[in-house]
Amino acid sequence: MLSQCPRNIFIKIDANMSLSNYYWATDMTKKIAALDVNKCIGCMECMFACSRRVGRGGFDKSAIRVRSAGGIERGFVIVVCRACENPPCARVCPTGALRERKGGGVILSEDKCIGCGFCAQACIMGAIFWDGERNKPIVCKYCGECADYCVHNAIGMVEVKGEA
Amino acid sequence: MKAKDMNRVLYIDLTKKDNKIENRDDLFDEYFGGSGVAIKLLEEECPRGIDPLSEANPIIFAVGPLTALFPSASKTVAMFKSPLTGNLGESHTGGRSAMAIKLAGYGAIVIKGSSDFPIYLAIHGDEVKFKDASSIWGIEAVAVGRILREVELGAGVRTIIRIGRAGEKMVRYACAVCETYRHFGRLGLGAVMGSKKLKAVVISADKSIEIPKDKRREYKRVYDEIQEVVVETDAMEKYHDLGTAGKIYDMNKLGGMAYKNLESASAPEEIAREFSGENIAEKYLSKRVSCAHCPVGCIHLASLRELYEPGYYFKTTTIPYDNETIYALGFMLGMKSAEDYLRLIDVVDRIGMDAISTGVTLAWVTEAYERGIITKEHTDGLEFHWGDVQVYVKAVNKIVEMPNEFYQNLAKGVEHASSVYGGQDYALAFGGNEMPEYHTGIACYLNNLTGARHSHLDSAGYDLDQKLIGKEFTLEEVVKGLLKEEEWRQILSSLVVCFFARKVYSAERVIRALDAIGIENWTEGKLEDLGRVIHRAKMDFKFREGFDLAKLRIPKRIFEVSTPHGFLKEEDMRKAIEIYGEMIGRDIQN
Repeated sequence: MLSQCPRNIFIKIDANMSLSNYYWATDMTKKIAALDVNKCIGCMECMFACSRRVGRGGFDKSAIRVRSAGGIERGFVIVVCRACENPPCARVCPTGALRERKGGGVILSEDKCIGCGFCAQACIMGAIFWDGERNKPIVCKYCGECADYCVHNAIGMVEVKGEA
Repeated sequence: MKAKDMNRVLYIDLTKKDNKIENRDDLFDEYFGGSGVAIKLLEEECPRGIDPLSEANPIIFAVGPLTALFPSASKTVAMFKSPLTGNLGESHTGGRSAMAIKLAGYGAIVIKGSSDFPIYLAIHGDEVKFKDASSIWGIEAVAVGRILREVELGAGVRTIIRIGRAGEKMVRYACAVCETYRHFGRLGLGAVMGSKKLKAVVISADKSIEIPKDKRREYKRVYDEIQEVVVETDAMEKYHDLGTAGKIYDMNKLGGMAYKNLESASAPEEIAREFSGENIAEKYLSKRVSCAHCPVGCIHLASLRELYEPGYYFKTTTIPYDNETIYALGFMLGMKSAEDYLRLIDVVDRIGMDAISTGVTLAWVTEAYERGIITKEHTDGLEFHWGDVQVYVKAVNKIVEMPNEFYQNLAKGVEHASSVYGGQDYALAFGGNEMPEYHTGIACYLNNLTGARHSHLDSAGYDLDQKLIGKEFTLEEVVKGLLKEEEWRQILSSLVVCFFARKVYSAERVIRALDAIGIENWTEGKLEDLGRVIHRAKMDFKFREGFDLAKLRIPKRIFEVSTPHGFLKEEDMRKAIEIYGEMIGRDIQN
């Protein structure tokens, strides 16, 4: 399965892609994935859930975004970190604030982050959001809180399965 | 921002192209938000006796304390003086409007004055821009959304409220369209926007609400409980699966569905099957979507593929459908196929008219034409027959273009048109507003007559009628039941919670939700009192503007067709109105 996935890029999960073609990576690490974007009703509950973790009503602290694919009739696009292997965002971080997570994805050490924004630019998925208040990136923690509130099962946590 | 800091009102003056922001804790502390705050702002901003299409008429959008904080608190209240009824105008919509207004940092937005050239407002958080809309004037509502989506900020976290050509031409029942498939449908907000030369309002979110640290645990607990109830009550099944269209077949079977201008209260079986939620879903449903922060997803979108020109020119159109539009543009007009009904909705939506008012008005025209009081001379050559979708499409365009006096009169609604041409006995408007679907009994019509908005959602009379089938009841009990429901709904529409989640937001849960976000010390009794206060404030505005219970016109037609409770009697209806007057402290002087 791994061979089907272009390496080193984040994949925008939208209606044109079937997730099963894009499994890759190593051990029992988990990540958020769009299970079936056609089931997404655009309720934004995932976005609200993500900010709620830090005591906010809204989504300016959210690491997941849902928007229409250019008009609601075209369906929705779910933008969230795909937990890449060898992530480009970490590679461009000048201070080592973003480091690779074992199995894919990144971990942010905020105290090292200088807010240069290179990581957000390097993510062609646009899955690194920006906290304007603190001038820091908003990076998915793969905690699954968003998926817990997706009652239509459009997104969910999946194990990042290792190659046999 | 802290929740309290969002008790801001953005005042916009279109004449001076100026704006200011004021903190109005005084209003939000006392009335929550939504309808409660909007009626107070309307009292402040709307001078007595003004022409609703004059620049003095304010447009007020208001959200509430639960907006963006709890599931299904997803609605925005619009308040204004209605150009259709000449009285209180209040209309609600969802989409992303509530989330966007709240997270732009406002509890309410007041738009006053009028521009001397077409304009649209771009409100991105604290930034308010007046932008020239000359190049989008005359464009249909759907296309305006497409254009503004490209040129404005805030993709995914904004609302685009706009009008179609009907609003520009000030058709009195023009709607304002929101996120393409949602509407401030009733009572003519679109015409008021048109009178101000306000083509659209774009609002995008850039803030969030900070929950106090000591409340976070409790907030999440209450949130989770409400979320679970939203998902597990029948709301999800009822509104997500087939949507509101799911009850069409049963309502028709019950004999409570107005068909062909209420020639009867039940359509033939094959029509009921054709328009049933099941049939439309199976043949046309393409997508179900939701308002921001509501897991239900009640919005049903149909996909219609049509050959529109020889040579394999196909188009696929996405069209929203629901219970009320199936009634108004399907049953009322004697449509035979769901496809014709979908085509007509598409036209009505693009041009930007309220579907219910349009359907009821065209139904009256059809009957009046068949009876010969309206002729081809009036109709500019159109021949009206039940179910003729081609003619209805042309008529909708003529109502907007107003090529003659007849269409100018139709553009003022069925109450007005029938006062000019006759046929009032079957002109189905109540309080000046075209009637909603139900012919279920006395409660639904009392709801239409006495409800502050003359909308079936004021007090859900149709629901009470159905609960009373097979039971004995007095007029007092019916009126009391309706009034109690309408008063409680003032709380829901001040919070602002979607009425589809009304069973979720019981008084007890509302109190805990408020408490969890730092709005403390509410009790069931206090909520009930506030509901009454807000309702009376709305009624006070209505009476101030000339509403008169004794002069309410009741079309004879509703007494000529049997309901599930049998035939209604005018004397009972008048008596009930009198009882209603007494209950709200407005005795009818005979």
